Amino acid sequence: MTFDLSIITANADAIWNAFLVTIYTWLAGSLLGLMAGLLIAALMLFGGRPLQRLLRVFIELVRGTPFLVILFLVYYGGPSFGVRLGAITAGVLCIAFYSSVYFAEIFRSGFAAVPRGQLEAGECLGLGRLQLMWRVQLPQMLVLILPAIVNMLTILCKETAVLSIITVPELTAVLTGIGTRTFTFIETLLVLCIAYLLLIEVTSRVGRWLERRVGTYLQR
Amino acid sequence: MPLSLSPSTSTPAASLEAKQKGPDKTPPIIHLSAVGKRFGDHQVLSDINLSVNHSEVVCLIGPSGSGKSTLLRSMAFLEEYDEGEIHIEGRLLGWEIDDRGRRKHAGRTRLNQARRNLGIVFQQFNLWPHMTALGNVTEALVRVRRIKRSEAEKRAMEVLDKVGLAEKAKEYPARLSGGQQQRVAIARALAMEPKIMLFDEPTSALDPELVGEVLAVMKQLALEGMTMVVVTHEMGFAAQVADTVVFLDQGSIVTRGTPSDVFRDTQHPRLRQFLQNYLDRNAFWHTTPEQET
Repeated sequence: MTFDLSIITANADAIWNAFLVTIYTWLAGSLLGLMAGLLIAALMLFGGRPLQRLLRVFIELVRGTPFLVILFLVYYGGPSFGVRLGAITAGVLCIAFYSSVYFAEIFRSGFAAVPRGQLEAGECLGLGRLQLMWRVQLPQMLVLILPAIVNMLTILCKETAVLSIITVPELTAVLTGIGTRTFTFIETLLVLCIAYLLLIEVTSRVGRWLERRVGTYLQR
Repeated sequence: MPLSLSPSTSTPAASLEAKQKGPDKTPPIIHLSAVGKRFGDHQVLSDINLSVNHSEVVCLIGPSGSGKSTLLRSMAFLEEYDEGEIHIEGRLLGWEIDDRGRRKHAGRTRLNQARRNLGIVFQQFNLWPHMTALGNVTEALVRVRRIKRSEAEKRAMEVLDKVGLAEKAKEYPARLSGGQQQRVAIARALAMEPKIMLFDEPTSALDPELVGEVLAVMKQLALEGMTMVVVTHEMGFAAQVADTVVFLDQGSIVTRGTPSDVFRDTQHPRLRQFLQNYLDRNAFWHTTPEQET
């Protein structure tokens, strides 16, 4: 067996760029997904019955579709409907779309966890629904749902590997590409694993730090 | 300790006399006519008629499940009553009557207008745990009344001082005792300068030794002429502070009257039975009407 890391250093620039593409698609997609998820959860909470049912169906549909299929539908199916997206844009949107329903469910559980009485008190003082959501529910939910959100973020980080299928030049695509061209599978896959591990470790640490910070008011 | 509210500063009896000197000719501030509510098949409230005058203290008593909390919550439209009418300062609460005489939900602005006169205090305090005591009190001042933060904090400190908690302003609710939390909740309601305070079993979630400090604040409010409706199991408080005691059972007002009517002179069998439970537990305070004679 040969083990030669020079292939990595020789392609350092390409690998670094791929690393950035991974981070970009992951974070941009997740951020959009978070916003869409919050919107869906809020609409389910405040919207009428018909809207609630519609969103329920939407959530079940998206959850029941593999990420890869969503990706194919948007990237290869899109042009049939006149939607032509660049690979990276399509990747970001798909991650957002896919994750929005999971985030929506996380937010929904968070909304449910804030006692109704706190809202009644605010309502009687004249606070509006949006004010209550922003000032009373969200800050408290955050403590409760942060672990679930961090968990989802780590899953999405690894999900970006699938974007290699639609030619997004992210880590998996670039490193396996180098591997197949130069027959250095062990070296490239090792670097690949370390890169994802690094991203996820950083995410978990930031998550734990945030949990401590936002939870200070609960300490007696 | 800036607690100006100890019950000994002024005797409740004196205050009641003072109040009774000038009989109120103004229309009632709260008026309920034929109010009813059902949860499915169960009639929770039926044919409730009740008027509360300015500066009057009304205590609602009754066994659990009698509908007293539902009635109080209806007065803030936290429960939708579905029969009859509730008027707060002459404004129909929660509903609008359309041209064909049917009722539909009043818009949010209208509901808030009617609620503007109300402050409500809950059994579970319902403070916002992620805000300090001061933050809890200033929140609505800043976001609803649009008062500048510095101004709002000044007013909040005044009401916190009034309930004896100025020095706890920067504490989060988790670091306060139940009695302190409830006093912050009272301050939060008072900061909005309501004309009416509604109390929904304000001491029922408290350890016995913390009940007194909350009742003392409420008593002080009554002395200052606040209109109050109080759902309570504290018969001693009702006996001392109430102008009118209303006894509910199974969703109806069974009887009502002055504390001495209700606690001493009543012949009503259901009320006597209810009160006997308290007498058995010796739950009346020292200055029950019996001892005043």
